Amino acid sequence: MSFDDSAGAAGPPREVRRGRLLAGPVRKSRLRRRVFAGLRLAAALAIVGGTYTAFAPGSQAQDTPKLSDAAQIGKRQYDQSCATCHGPNAQGVEGRGPSLIGVGSANVEFQVETGRMPAARPQQAQVERKQPMFTTAQAQQIGAYIQELGGGPQLPSGENLRAGGDVAEGGRLFRVNCASCHAFSANGGALSSGKFAPSLEPSTDRQIYAAMLSGPQNMPVFGDNQLTPQEKRDIIAYIQYQKHDKDPGGFGLARYGPVPEALVIFLVGMVSIMFVTIWIAGKS
Amino acid sequence: MKRRKIDIAALPAKAGAEIDDRLQVSSPLRRLFNKVFPDHWSFLLGEIALYSFVILLLTGTFLTLWFDPSMQEVTYDGTYTPLKGIEMSRAYESSLTLSFEVRGGLIMRQMHHWAALLFMAAIVAHMLRVFFTGAFRKPRELNWIIGVLLFWLGFVEGFAGYSLPDDALSGTGLRIAHAIMLSIPVVGTWVATSLFGGEFPGHEILGRLYIAHVLLVPAILLGLIAAHMGLLVKQKHTQWPGPGRTDHNVVGIRMFPGFAAKAGGFFMLVFGLVALLGGLFQINPVWLFGPYEAAVVSAASQPDWYVMFLDGSTRLMPPWEARFPLWPGHHYTLPPLFWPTVVLPGVLTMLPLFYPFIEARFTKDKRAHHLLQRPRDVPTRTALGAMAVSFYLVLLLSGANDVIAYKFHISLNAMTWAGRIGLLIVPPLAYWLTYRACLGLQQHDREVLAHGVETGIIKRLPDGRFVEVHQPLAVPDAHGHTELPYAGWVVPKKMNRLGALVPTVKGFFFPIEEPAKPAPQEERPVGAGTSREEITSSKK
Repeated sequence: MSFDDSAGAAGPPREVRRGRLLAGPVRKSRLRRRVFAGLRLAAALAIVGGTYTAFAPGSQAQDTPKLSDAAQIGKRQYDQSCATCHGPNAQGVEGRGPSLIGVGSANVEFQVETGRMPAARPQQAQVERKQPMFTTAQAQQIGAYIQELGGGPQLPSGENLRAGGDVAEGGRLFRVNCASCHAFSANGGALSSGKFAPSLEPSTDRQIYAAMLSGPQNMPVFGDNQLTPQEKRDIIAYIQYQKHDKDPGGFGLARYGPVPEALVIFLVGMVSIMFVTIWIAGKS
Repeated sequence: MKRRKIDIAALPAKAGAEIDDRLQVSSPLRRLFNKVFPDHWSFLLGEIALYSFVILLLTGTFLTLWFDPSMQEVTYDGTYTPLKGIEMSRAYESSLTLSFEVRGGLIMRQMHHWAALLFMAAIVAHMLRVFFTGAFRKPRELNWIIGVLLFWLGFVEGFAGYSLPDDALSGTGLRIAHAIMLSIPVVGTWVATSLFGGEFPGHEILGRLYIAHVLLVPAILLGLIAAHMGLLVKQKHTQWPGPGRTDHNVVGIRMFPGFAAKAGGFFMLVFGLVALLGGLFQINPVWLFGPYEAAVVSAASQPDWYVMFLDGSTRLMPPWEARFPLWPGHHYTLPPLFWPTVVLPGVLTMLPLFYPFIEARFTKDKRAHHLLQRPRDVPTRTALGAMAVSFYLVLLLSGANDVIAYKFHISLNAMTWAGRIGLLIVPPLAYWLTYRACLGLQQHDREVLAHGVETGIIKRLPDGRFVEVHQPLAVPDAHGHTELPYAGWVVPKKMNRLGALVPTVKGFFFPIEEPAKPAPQEERPVGAGTSREEITSSKK
């Protein structure tokens, strides 16, 4: 720096340079300079302020695109039944309910349609399926509201989401991805600390699809990059096929494998053989 | 032409004579036919196991005609739609074919599996009978040992059979068995590698299990069963104490025709029951489990009930890893799996094997016994047995703890801890309760022998007290006591057991014969010289 200082001392005086830069080649009086500076400041303030007024949300300004009709009805339902825990604009309430911004309509439809939401006792190990409070249409309207609020995964349209699904491929995918919690027969299984993977017996196509897409509660999310929409349809096709497939071997024993079989061999097998034994031992 | 006369009535005797002329079997056969078997329902439990084994041989032979234990990879193209086009082993494919395409294949498979469960259940029931009645005592210790070995062979045989279809449950079970082998110190890796012919699952294991399941183990089972029954015939059956029964005789019915007819009928009934189970209750639906893939482990994966207690012990075992430092920077790790799956079954084999000798040593009883003991008369043994049973039950329930947790909405962690604590607390509690119950029952027997049977008649004494009238079992002495010795058998405790009342009809065992009316007894006045009015029923 000391070298630069010495170099600067060799150049033109400081005032000359400033004058050229600010006022151009023509020298103006001190007064005019001050008047122009004041005007420039006023203009800059006017531009900034004007822009701000133009873009800032005013009381009657429209900040988001207008909600669709369905979403508006959904918003009314939401404000009435969901806002207590999830906040008036779905931003969540600390200690009560998470934010729903970005969860998508798939999530909302799953939770509301299966009766899990509104939750009766949110503090239990997990929110369970119960009699739904809203109809399917209402659930979809609330879903539409949340969707328009923050986006997120959406369900394909239609009730029948198993159409075009390959049952065998679905079975293979089910055993690899789902059976470890829902059990091979999709009738549910225990997880840690009172949590569980529920039975898929009452689940509709849309609910299974939504669950895979949104990963409710303890379930992992199976996004479209993990299981393609076609693979999801395969899995749904398999689950629904199994539900309606009759057990070829007699009573299915809830398709729970060796545990009910153990019960049967003792409660049915051994008990009846004991009666037979006592009966035949009395005959001489 | 002269017609030959055939005397049909003389045919059997004639045929018998012809046979004896050639084979000289009449003397040994007569001995066998005249063999006497005591009659009590609890002596038939072992027979259930025997008949289940026969059913297993019959149905198993049928299954071998179609089952192929090959681990070769094939693509399924059978009638079961949800598996069409899926890659699987030939073994699994042939199990599916057997279930869906072979006529009667599914019911044969199901009967085979139910018979296997019944076989093990009957073995355990028989074993408990032998244990609690002291039938294992000298001279029958060897037969007890053979029985214990039969249980463990049945265990191995069942596990091998469970593993054969190569469904997802089979594979999961085999994977656990493989891990158990690996947990054995020093030799574990070699044992596992040599049995599986390399890494798990390899290509060998099903073929090896198959030959073990259809030839090796059944042959040993058959040999041991023959020895078991040979010893039974040689040493004669034990019997309950009772009138005319001593340590030197056997009271019962002859082998032929009485016992043989009963046994034949009983076999048919057991067969019928297994057929009913096989036809009514679906068991081991391999098509739902899917083919085994290493990545597939379903929730609620359980072994069959007789292996479930080891699954339970594994689930309860805390993750205690033992590390032994060998030299700086190196140590040997003993996995926690070793204790519940290698050490525990080892103890559970050895302790029962030597129990007859342990008990004889503690009781200093070196005599031979042919009369059984009522469990109440040997409280220590009975309580020990109850302790063992409760230990086993806690493990068995823990083996199913995820299904119980799910179905009854209990936390799985709570189930595990309940199992851990229960395993330590329940057996001593069972010991104490059983011991007290035995003493109480003994005391009641002695009380009835001394004071008589409760009649249910309440008498009011002149001073206002109420007493129950007892029916003495013999003529009482001056103090109103009867000095009857305890005979080690049931003491009558109800009036109808004494013939004083019509026998009660129990449940649906309604007797075909009308029970004999009790002999009309002279009415005796209750007090001396007091006449009383008879309280009549609505008959008049």
